[in-house]
Parts: sequence; C-alpha cells; structure tokens
Amino acid sequence: MNTTSATTTDEHQATLKTLAQTLGEGVFTQSRFRDNLRLHVPASRLIDLLRALRDQCGFKLLSEVGGTDYLGYPGRTGARFEVHYVLRNLETSEYLIIKTGVDDPDPTLPSVVPLWSGADWMEREVFDMYGIRFEGHPDLRRILMPPEFASFPLRKDYPLRGRGERHNFPRLLRGES
Amino acid sequence: MAANVLDEPEVEHEIQDATWTLNFGPQHPATHTTLRIVLELDGERIVKATPDIGYLHSGFEKLGEHLNFNQYVTIVDRKNYISPPMNEVAWHNAVETLLGVELTPRCKYIRVIISELARISDHLLCTGAAALDLGAFTAFLFAFNLREQIYDVYEEMSGYRFHPGYTRVGGLLYDFNDRVLDRVRGVVKSFQNVYADMEKLLFKNRIFLDRLRGVGVLSREEAIAHSCTGPIARASGVTYDLRKDKPYLVYPELDFDVPYCTDGDCWARFAVRMEEMRQSCRIIMQCIEKLPSGPFNAPIAEKFPIPDKATTYNSMEGLIQHFELIMPNRGLETPHDEVYAAIESPNGELGYYLVSDGSQTAWRVRTRPPSFIHFSVFPLLIKGHLIADIVAVLGSLSIIAAELDR
Repeated sequence: MNTTSATTTDEHQATLKTLAQTLGEGVFTQSRFRDNLRLHVPASRLIDLLRALRDQCGFKLLSEVGGTDYLGYPGRTGARFEVHYVLRNLETSEYLIIKTGVDDPDPTLPSVVPLWSGADWMEREVFDMYGIRFEGHPDLRRILMPPEFASFPLRKDYPLRGRGERHNFPRLLRGES
Repeated sequence: MAANVLDEPEVEHEIQDATWTLNFGPQHPATHTTLRIVLELDGERIVKATPDIGYLHSGFEKLGEHLNFNQYVTIVDRKNYISPPMNEVAWHNAVETLLGVELTPRCKYIRVIISELARISDHLLCTGAAALDLGAFTAFLFAFNLREQIYDVYEEMSGYRFHPGYTRVGGLLYDFNDRVLDRVRGVVKSFQNVYADMEKLLFKNRIFLDRLRGVGVLSREEAIAHSCTGPIARASGVTYDLRKDKPYLVYPELDFDVPYCTDGDCWARFAVRMEEMRQSCRIIMQCIEKLPSGPFNAPIAEKFPIPDKATTYNSMEGLIQHFELIMPNRGLETPHDEVYAAIESPNGELGYYLVSDGSQTAWRVRTRPPSFIHFSVFPLLIKGHLIADIVAVLGSLSIIAAELDR
C-alpha cells in the first residue's frame, strides 16, 4: 500500500527540473506526504503551471478536480478554500497534485476547461458544492443540486441536515401539470 | 377535385429545419438508473444531448465528514452498488495510505480476490445489460445467473449479500474460510461456461454487432482530454491501468494482461470488458493458489485495526484497543495531513482525496467517481447518432447513477 519516500523523490526529479527551467524559481512550493507530491501555487500562476506540466512534462491526463473547505481546520492560516488537480503522466505513471488556495468573499479561480475538456463537469461540481466560480468556464451551472438551491452544501458552515430546503421544494401538483 | 387524394398536386411545404426536443428519463428502463437526458432532435438524429443529473444526489461526501473511517465503509458500498467490494478496497486503501498501516499478506490477497470478483460482477452487469437493451435477452440471463453466485460469495464471506461492508481499517471483517474459497472456485468454474455461452450468443450475432460497431466512437485524444480511464479509455487505445502502472496490493506478483482496443466504439468497450473478466478469473485463480496463511488483520500494535472478537474478549490489549476505537469520546491520533490514493475499479480510476484533521473522522472525503467523468463524454459520443443508439452508448459506458450523483 505504501511506497517508500526514497523512490518517489527520484521519480519527480526530472519534472521539477523542467518546471524550474520553464517557469523560473519561486512559482510554487512543494510538500510531500506518503507517495504524494503536492505543488502549491497561487491562483495567478495556476494556468501557467498546469500548461507547462501538460505541454512540457507530459502530464496529459487530468485525473481529478476537487475542492476542500478549511473553515475551522485546526492550525489553518491560509485561504479558506483549496482546489486540487491530480495530473497523471501516462508514459511514466508519475502523478502530481496541484493545490491552489482561494478565499472568501467571492472565491474565483481561472477555469482549466481550455486545457482539458474533462474539467468541465468537475469544475461545475466544485462550483455547485463550494460556490467557487471558475472564470472562463463555458457553462458554469449547478450540476447535482437543483438550480433554485441557494446554498453551497459542502461548505463547513452548512449543516449536515440542511436548512429545511428539502421540505420547501416547490411542488407541481397533478392538476397543474 | 381529384377523385383520389394521391392525385392531388403536392403542396410545397415550407422546409422546416427546426429541431424538436425529447425528454429521455429520468425514469426510463434503458437508463437502468435515474438519469435524464434532454435531446435535441432532427428527425431521429440527435443534434445535441444535454445530460441533467443529480436526481440521486444523497450527500455521500458530506456524510463522510461525519462518520469515522470504519463507519463510512457502509456509505461507499452504496456508491457503485454493482461492485461494492471495489469501493471498500478503494476507500480503505486511501485511509491506510493516510495512516501508514501495512496490511498482512493474507489480507492483501483476499482484497485482490474480492476486487476481482467485483470487477467480474460489474462487467457482467454492463455487458449483460448492454445485450438486454439491444434485444439479446438470453445473454443477460446467463450473466445475471453468475452474478447471483458472486452474491453468494459475498454472503458467505461477510453475511451480507448486496452491501458486504467487508473491509476494515488495516484488515477485514472476517477471515476467508474454506467454504468461501469453494464458492469462489465455483464462480470461476461457472464463469468459463457463461463466457462460452455469451461468446456464442453475441460475438457473431449480426444484429448485436451492427448495433455496436462504429457507434459512439471516442478517439484516443478525446479520451485523454476528457479524463477517461478504465475500460472506456482502454477501448480507445489508452493502455493505462493502475494495477500495472501504479501497482497496489499484490498486483505486481500476479500474472495478467491488460486488454485494449483502438477502435473506441461501443463494440470495443464491450470486447475489452469481456476480456477483462477472463483476466480477472486468471488473477483469482492465482490468488487462491498463493493465498498465504497467517493473520488477516494488521497487528494490534498498529493501533488502527479493530481487533476481532476473540482478541477483544481474551486479551487486555485487544479490549483496550476495542474500547479506544469504539467509544465516541476516545479515539486515536491520525496524521494531520491529506492524501490522494486511487485504485483501478471496473469503470476506471476510483480515487479518494482524504483530508484528516487529526481525529478519526475525515475532514473532507472527495471521491473521484469514474461514472461521473464518463457520463460527461456522453453528449460527444451520441452526437449525430439515432435515438435507438442511446441505449447502446449508455450501456457501453456503464453509468451507475448512485456513483454519478453521490
């Protein structure tokens, strides 16, 4: 289940070197845990980093996009929300996690749909659940929740049992249909 | 006035290029689950398909923030309910990666066996139901008969037929005994017959082939750009398989092949799934042969496995640990960190992004659901085809709405 950290360090050497050459130093910071290598990047350089990874380093597959709300997370100092992107290199089986922070009010990030069409629905889900807007997304609508839903259910200040929306959904009766 | 209507001169109608809209689902037998597609049609040809999902949204990810690592296994079962053990293995793989628990060899082999049984079960449903939707009813019955036998294995190993909830952090609910292994052998044996029957019924079936070949073509570039994984990507020529490329459990020690096609149509997806089942059988037979004896739970010193009943009642360490794990006001320290771990599920990469705040309940459980990602490709695949092809394409994608909406 767990690979040793020694092999993972070597695995990412070439990628990190290429990134330093393309983007220059200081664009992202790294952190490691188990076999994950995370690159933390500010929202302003997100697209540059992802494009460099896709075009120069061979990370062709965007495996996953997801958000996290860190409101009240113990020891948290950074931005409230973070969005992660998991990229895979299909040739070398290497994978990377890119993380970017975004804060209240009006959290907004650049959309990666121009780079990967697969990000379309995943970004819509992050918007639906956290209210993070993706600039440049072709069709940013709610995807799982109904369009008239007003809250963002995966935010930490949204209660588990909801705010009574379920009992107040508009109903279409048989006579009105 | 002409005596016959047919003799009347044809009236020049204004040519209408207006399209019409058809609602497909959410309750439709061919969707198998609850999903809705709004179709824009030109005659019978589909100009545009707009999926509308969320009918089965149950807040599974929110629940993951309120249930502990062992309790949540009952929820992951209900995501892809066609192959529950695979979800369990994926979930506890992520938890064990976070905690750094090393599994015992026996547990690893058992987990591979249940994963591959789940893969067979999932592919049987997908291929069988694809045949059913296209009118080949018999193949579906053969497939479902074998799925019943797989449910018997679940029942024998865990006591539950449909949602076994079989894995635990660092181990399993119960050990495999001889009766379970006999039943697994029985499944593998019956599979040969079922495969032969399905092959005879479908592989040279003219109607079936005509309905699948050249329909819903996904090119290699499109598959990668749309984040496709698993059999759908492999049918388009992407040979990526996490079992080979990012091996977990004991897959490096097993001998199996990863089938792929380059056509990318519905037939290719069907063929890849059929071949994957045969490979799964090979894996299961090797695992049964190599299955080591020894404990199935990680040692108590690892702190996270729930001790079995005998250990709990007969040893002080077992009792203390059981108390620590079960009592709500107790609990063990977990790393204050986050991890992404994925496995190869029947439909593709099934991953969990797990954030822990140091307690026994996750701060955030993000599922990477293959059904969700594959359904987003559907409008692309169906464009320009006929209404009748919808069931062929949907059947080849194997969309499970519970996983789609979570």
